[in-house]
Amino acid sequence: MAGSSSAGFEQPASFTFDAESEAEVAKLIARYPAGKQASAVIPSLYVIQKQMKRQTDSAWVPVKGMDALAERLGMAPIRVYEVATFYFMFNMAPIGKYHLQLCTTTPCWLRGSDDIVAACREATGIKGWKETSADGMFTMTEVECVGACVNAPILQVDDDFYEDMDREKTLALIAALREGNIPPKGSMSGRQNSAPEGGPTTMLTLHFAPEA
Amino acid sequence: MPKLTIDGIEVEVPAGSTILQAAEAAGIEIPRFCYHERLSIAGNCRMCLVEVEKTPPKPIASCAYPVGEGMVVHTDTPMVRNGRRGVMEFLLINHPLDCPICDQGGECDLQDQAIGFGSDHSRYAENKRAVKDKELGPLVKTTMTRCIHCTRCIRFITEVAGVPELGATSRGEHMEVGTYVEKALSSELSGNIIDLCPVGALTSKPYAFVARPWELAKVDSIDALDAVGTNIRIDARGPEVLRILPRLNEDVNEEWLGDKSRFALDALKRRRLDRPWLWRDGKHVAVSWAEAFSAIADKVNGLAGDRIGAIAGNLSDAESMLALKDLMVSLGSANLDCRQDGAKLDTSRRDFYSFNTSIAGIEEADAVLIIGSNPRKEAPVLNARIRKAFVAKGTPIGVIGAETDLTYKVTHIGNDPALINALHDGAHPFAQVLRDAKKPLIIVGQGALARADGAAVLAAAWRLAASVGALLPDWHGFNMLHTAAARVGGLDLGFVPGAHGKSVAQMLDGGVDVLWLLGADEIDTARIGSKTFVVYQGHHGDAGAHGANVILPGAAYTEKSGTYVNTEGRVQRGFMAVNPPGDAREDWTIIRAFSQLIGKTLPYDTIDALRARLEQVNLVFGRIGYLPRFGCSDLSGPSGDPAALSDAPFVPAVANYYQTDSISRNSPTMAACAQTASEATLLAAAE
Repeated sequence: MAGSSSAGFEQPASFTFDAESEAEVAKLIARYPAGKQASAVIPSLYVIQKQMKRQTDSAWVPVKGMDALAERLGMAPIRVYEVATFYFMFNMAPIGKYHLQLCTTTPCWLRGSDDIVAACREATGIKGWKETSADGMFTMTEVECVGACVNAPILQVDDDFYEDMDREKTLALIAALREGNIPPKGSMSGRQNSAPEGGPTTMLTLHFAPEA
Repeated sequence: MPKLTIDGIEVEVPAGSTILQAAEAAGIEIPRFCYHERLSIAGNCRMCLVEVEKTPPKPIASCAYPVGEGMVVHTDTPMVRNGRRGVMEFLLINHPLDCPICDQGGECDLQDQAIGFGSDHSRYAENKRAVKDKELGPLVKTTMTRCIHCTRCIRFITEVAGVPELGATSRGEHMEVGTYVEKALSSELSGNIIDLCPVGALTSKPYAFVARPWELAKVDSIDALDAVGTNIRIDARGPEVLRILPRLNEDVNEEWLGDKSRFALDALKRRRLDRPWLWRDGKHVAVSWAEAFSAIADKVNGLAGDRIGAIAGNLSDAESMLALKDLMVSLGSANLDCRQDGAKLDTSRRDFYSFNTSIAGIEEADAVLIIGSNPRKEAPVLNARIRKAFVAKGTPIGVIGAETDLTYKVTHIGNDPALINALHDGAHPFAQVLRDAKKPLIIVGQGALARADGAAVLAAAWRLAASVGALLPDWHGFNMLHTAAARVGGLDLGFVPGAHGKSVAQMLDGGVDVLWLLGADEIDTARIGSKTFVVYQGHHGDAGAHGANVILPGAAYTEKSGTYVNTEGRVQRGFMAVNPPGDAREDWTIIRAFSQLIGKTLPYDTIDALRARLEQVNLVFGRIGYLPRFGCSDLSGPSGDPAALSDAPFVPAVANYYQTDSISRNSPTMAACAQTASEATLLAAAE
């Protein structure tokens, strides 16, 4: 996959920005000084990926999309390919409807990410990484630290974090996604953000002086 | 200018130089893979590590570290040696040990530097990285497992060739150099990435597994397939030319070479004329030299001089053209022409038909106007120089002619000859750009002159040059871009119709009874009169030879010592690399031998005597290689009437870069390139 655009899947024959993407890209370009519009390439690649998700239920970046973006930003297409392939957040091949991104870096691993991975495999039937389930619903990707270690382990679905996961919660989450019910994101253990579970554990005796 | 000390040698270099450049000035060689003096600095191979005193105690990449006053640099300390050894070990981790089957073997930077910094064993027991080879077209062969990611090819294609098609996709262990989408490189300079590649990742496809560099005899020569006069080195083994590489000449080609000039050499073994032929009873029969000569002599004897004519082709060397001219004059003929395309060149003054600014001078120009030319196809190496000026200073470039991608940004003024006069009258905004420029440059292509109103175009272009201040005592901004290596030489020695002489068009259609074609294949051979007796002297069985009554086998440019004058008017000399095949002979000797047979013996027996005669005809032939820069002190223009322009759009002189002459037309490699290029054009048109 790394060095070429074709490996066992079909590239769409064309790509045009839809109205929503148009507006987004215009907004991104406007952030940068005139003549420096190429700076908008990374966020614009997300726009393409999101548009593909809207249109095909698979969030990925086709070559024609990068070509269209290169034209828009006045860049050589190969420069866009270089950027897009550098960042693994951009999927260069079609993926499933839900992108399961599993953090297996040390904090998540210590908190049981192996169980989450096993649960995902069990529920989706996916064997390896970067593979899509037979029904086209899920793609599993192993990711490095996503920066939410306090709520480890993390299972990121598309853009949303599901935190404090365990085996049961994972199975339930995947079952719900399969039904089309997307549960609220955030901690699955019921705590608020990364606050201590079961209420505050520090500063219990702290009193503020009444305001004068 | 900062002064610094490198290995105890004190050296002063311009501010902004890097340590590596300073070391080069001090005569110290620093190993490198990614650094190249004509490309931007990447600093990614880390082979050029040095130690600098009073910096953090770690090795420093000298190619990317600017010099400072009083810096003390060491290039050979234990830290430096260890650092380079470490870098080499990392480079070799994924580099295959396939030197015995690698075409780069023997001229490989990695091989050479591994001698100095490589270990005698490997500590790496894992599997090496596997990388799929990339398909880059018919010229460049890839073996991507050998790639060490120096990115020279990417930088060359992007910066010098101006066709950004190569890139590095993915990252880290997965980084791959390639086009990402499968496509052939569309640059006419793509062969240069083979030279630039420091390892065997990019090698020549036609030359694959052909020879080892130490088997080859190397001969310096001049390329004859376009008018740039690129300095080349011909590598031959025995009777075979195996490859052609560029030679360094800062004034002409820097170190680049066009793909046609590099790869058309496989034609030197195909469809060659290796013996004389005579048209007899409806077919060509092989004859001896004596029979061939006597057949011509029978025709020529007693014929009036004005019924004999000669046309010199695009690949002819100056020596053979002069010998043929002298022969024609001795026969009483003034019917000479070296302008096969019928370009209305004014030969009354040398600066009317040469690239006066000089190729290196392009870099000084601050505005460029290109008239009726596509330099990318007509002279890709010269086009790279225009691009260099554009990249360095954003030089504004205007084009009157067909709209194409020249690899730099242009203002397309239009494709109507009348626009030249519109610029002269200031009726177009680009006129002001030219006027404001201190060193404006005007390039006139052959597509603008090889037409009925060519003389008018020439006069109009000259008048425009004069009016925008391109003709100054210290700056000559009027330039003629030729497409034929023989052209300027032919004009310099007066291979043009003499008094009452006939031009190419007049010699066709039965204008002469005997027509001597010196490698002239680009004329409309169908228009040669049916009663005209055609003598074709050349090296390939191409258009000119087909209907010829007598075929005299000559030598290709690799097989003779010849003088060529490039489009600038620079006289350069190429040397014989291999012998002509079979009975073929160096061209001037053929003419000399024939002159003796008809009793008009030419007064030179050696090439040196002939060259003395060349110098006698025109002093410029005595000045080899060197070209003085000159301004323009006489503003009076060529003879045409600038107002007599037609409104026909300009047609470029070269439509198909890969097949322009009898050599490149007979090259299978060039045919493959032309096919690839036309498929790419069709594909682009379909989208």
